[in-house]
Amino acid sequence: MTDTARPDQLLEMYTAMVRIRRFEERVRELYANGRIPGFIHLSIGQEAVAVGVCAALRRDDYLLSTHRGHGHLIAKGGSLRALMAELYGKATGCCKGKGGSMHVADASVGFLGANGVLTAGCVLAPGVGLSIQLRKTDQVAVAIFGDGAANRGPFHEGVNLAALWRAPVVFVCENNWWASTTAHAVSTAGGSIAARAAGYGIPGVALDGNDGLAVFKACSDAVARARRGEGPSLIEAQTIRWMGHYEGDPQLYRGKEEAVEGRRRDPVALLRDYLEGKKLLDAAHVELIETAVRAEIEDAVAFAEASPLPDSRAALEDLFAYYPWRE
Amino acid sequence: MALLDYAGALNLALREEMSRDPRVYVIGEDIVLGVPFGVTKGLIEEFGPERVRNAPISEAAIVGSALGAALTGMRPVVDMHFADFVTCAMDEVANQIAKSRYMFGGQVDCPLVLRMPYGIGKSAGGHHSNSVESWFLNIPGLKIAIPSTPRDARGLLKTAIRDPDPVMVFEHRGLYRVVGEVPDDEELIPLGCADVKRPGEDVTVIATARMVHAALEAADLLAQEGISAEVVDPRSLVPLDRETLAASVAKTHRIVIAEEGPIRGGAGAWLAWVVMEECFDDLDAPIARVAGPNVPIPFSPPLEAACTPDAEAVVAACRQVLK
Ligand SMILES: Cc1ncc(C[n+]2csc(CCOP(=O)(O)OP(=O)(O)O)c2C)c(N)n1
Repeated sequence: MTDTARPDQLLEMYTAMVRIRRFEERVRELYANGRIPGFIHLSIGQEAVAVGVCAALRRDDYLLSTHRGHGHLIAKGGSLRALMAELYGKATGCCKGKGGSMHVADASVGFLGANGVLTAGCVLAPGVGLSIQLRKTDQVAVAIFGDGAANRGPFHEGVNLAALWRAPVVFVCENNWWASTTAHAVSTAGGSIAARAAGYGIPGVALDGNDGLAVFKACSDAVARARRGEGPSLIEAQTIRWMGHYEGDPQLYRGKEEAVEGRRRDPVALLRDYLEGKKLLDAAHVELIETAVRAEIEDAVAFAEASPLPDSRAALEDLFAYYPWRE
Repeated sequence: MALLDYAGALNLALREEMSRDPRVYVIGEDIVLGVPFGVTKGLIEEFGPERVRNAPISEAAIVGSALGAALTGMRPVVDMHFADFVTCAMDEVANQIAKSRYMFGGQVDCPLVLRMPYGIGKSAGGHHSNSVESWFLNIPGLKIAIPSTPRDARGLLKTAIRDPDPVMVFEHRGLYRVVGEVPDDEELIPLGCADVKRPGEDVTVIATARMVHAALEAADLLAQEGISAEVVDPRSLVPLDRETLAASVAKTHRIVIAEEGPIRGGAGAWLAWVVMEECFDDLDAPIARVAGPNVPIPFSPPLEAACTPDAEAVVAACRQVLK
């Protein structure tokens, strides 16, 4: 690992990774206990992508995320309370209980939604980029999507359009080598997603997505390029999904080796060891971070538990800005 | 009052709104030259390539990018080229645009317009002729305007561009060269405000877009027999002006609903339900519907004509409800 981040940034990144890891673990538990309705896709093992990308972003930059988006929202600075309450389907959730795990959104931190439809963000992103260009700000839009999603047409349309417009967009493929039960190798021609960038005349890099600092470095470069008005980039961050595709997935399509490999390449441990080696972190400090993060998460759980469910009348609200008519 | 055709009136609306609000831009395939209908012609000279954007043939990205821009402070107006091609951007319309505000719990505005050139005409065949407005009626979260005259086209498009929600404007291809009076002064026509295009006493014809003209022609024919038909144009399907429809039915007690698309699942079925709900007791006869047959639009002129509901069909339906 090598770093280009400041010490305070490095510690923040580590804390964010721990925050995502503990949050997801807690969600897993709460889901198993029936506290959370719907489907859950966890990002355990993939924290370095979320954190590496978001560490390169400002609060006013935009992020378009996926069905596996809790970590992305946390890394972007979204409120844990509002996120947890949304997973619970509570009125205090970031989407007032109208989104849920697969569709969490928090516009206040530029998080323009997880998405239940794969690759949706890839075509929204050039438009966000265009909006930035027309408004003449120096913001950046990032679209994260899975390796499976890269095989849908909107990936190609979106990258082409962003490249054509030299839009300030970074496309980040979170390659965990699986699209549900279907392996990358049997679904993705050409073998490399990063290589597809060449076809659109933009930079494409593949890197170790368990190495948060590598992700941070690549994303910082891509963001800087975008802010300079030089157009989009494609980053393929290769990582490992530790858990099932969804909570409850029996994972009949893969053996145990991947989980073992995943733990060997644990992004949280990798960053911790690196920071300990640099004397930026020690066991006591790690413990402090753990304690603080757990407190934040328990606070979010307590908030979600104590929050009211939405009034059923709210189901008919928020469709339009105003309703001057009877449906 | 100026005389403008429907395309010219839409062009005027775009020019007025783009002059008024720098956040408005237009995007679509071949729009710089305004091909094929001329609606966006000349905008490039006035507003430049930043705001008049020719896009590659990427319907998903054109429509999806409009959403991205709308969520972050812009007011895009998408030219769908032919409404038929919205199928290539159906996720963007149905899952993303329509649902953003709702699924975000009301956090965001989504001010974008999808201009939908649609409808039968000139043997365009099965991929360039469809009346698809009914598909979107079944998708909560979209507003649907459907102008029949140049004046309405201009006033409704202007309102659509200023609306904080997504609005689809269905522009009938067969109307682009229809000329009508358009006020010199700015005019905004609210959504959800029906217009009585011709007052009458004996029967009400509720019709949209091209069928308004067929209904007016039918009313002329019926007048020769001493039958007085009222023609009501809802002008928008979402929101829908229930009151004006109900008031007309309360007066005539007999109603025909006319649209161009296939009869099965068409907007007319929804309008018939609304009428029944609002004023069943006022009805003296079952509601009649005029619509296309349940087939794709065929190419050959006689076949196309056979699938094009016209004034005669409206006359026949009026006679039926007056029996
Ligand atoms: C357009 C679309 N097709 C199919 C699905 C169902 N689906 C949800 S997640 C998934 C696999 C996605 O794989 P990938 O993009 O690699 O993301 P990952 O789950 O590995 O994070 C599938 C097929 C969907 N949500 N959207």
